[in-house]
Amino acid sequence: MKTPLVSILWVFLASFLGSFGAVFLKWGAGRLQRDWKTLLLNWRLGAGVAMYLISFVFYYMGLRQGELSILFPMVSLGYIWTLLWSRLFFGELLTRRKCVGLALIFCGLFVLNLGNR
Amino acid sequence: MPSPHPPSLAQPATRFRFSHRQSLTMVFLCTLFGVAAQFLIKTSTSHAMFTASGRLSLTALLTNYPLWAGLTCYGASTLLLILALRDGELSLLYPVISLTYVWVVALSALVFHESLNAGKVVGVGLICGGVALLGMERNKR
Repeated sequence: MKTPLVSILWVFLASFLGSFGAVFLKWGAGRLQRDWKTLLLNWRLGAGVAMYLISFVFYYMGLRQGELSILFPMVSLGYIWTLLWSRLFFGELLTRRKCVGLALIFCGLFVLNLGNR
Repeated sequence: MPSPHPPSLAQPATRFRFSHRQSLTMVFLCTLFGVAAQFLIKTSTSHAMFTASGRLSLTALLTNYPLWAGLTCYGASTLLLILALRDGELSLLYPVISLTYVWVVALSALVFHESLNAGKVVGVGLICGGVALLGMERNKR
């Protein structure tokens, strides 16, 4: 059974949205104070959780057809997005070690999809 | 019975910390719950959730037990990860986390009879290496 491209695209979208979930959580967490109201009245945290939920629905849509052994490792695409956003939005350093890690994940995803047959 | 730490010494209350081994055990259990979640969720996708007219059926969604069991495992896995991340070092925990990929590919072959080929094995190996490398980044506090 080959994993159809549609399923791969669903998981691709899920990983993209999920990475924004992390961005919003980080943005919201930075504004937390001792007052518990800052946890509940924090639209950024709410948006982060909502994006994780939508991301799960997308992942589920992808999982309906195709192989788990292809689709689940595809989730690691999220690491690539997350490093990109942490550089862009939070000004975190993109060190050489991180770049090598990213390159390994990218090659891994490529080789993994060669095994999709 | 005398207390092992008499309060008369007036030591500052030390913050509770998980030991190294406890953190590693928790992150390992996190990967087991993670793979259980993936299996239950993949199983749940064969449960028909749409009516003949293509609408989502609420009863079918609520009685999709593998889905709810899978989501519970997801929650347990996330909780264990958060607890492990509290005191554990990222450089040790990340390689363990990436074990989830290995479990999922191995059990997909065993349970769902998916093909196990060189592409999948090498691909997952590279992904695990990449994830482990990301965790080795020293975080400044």
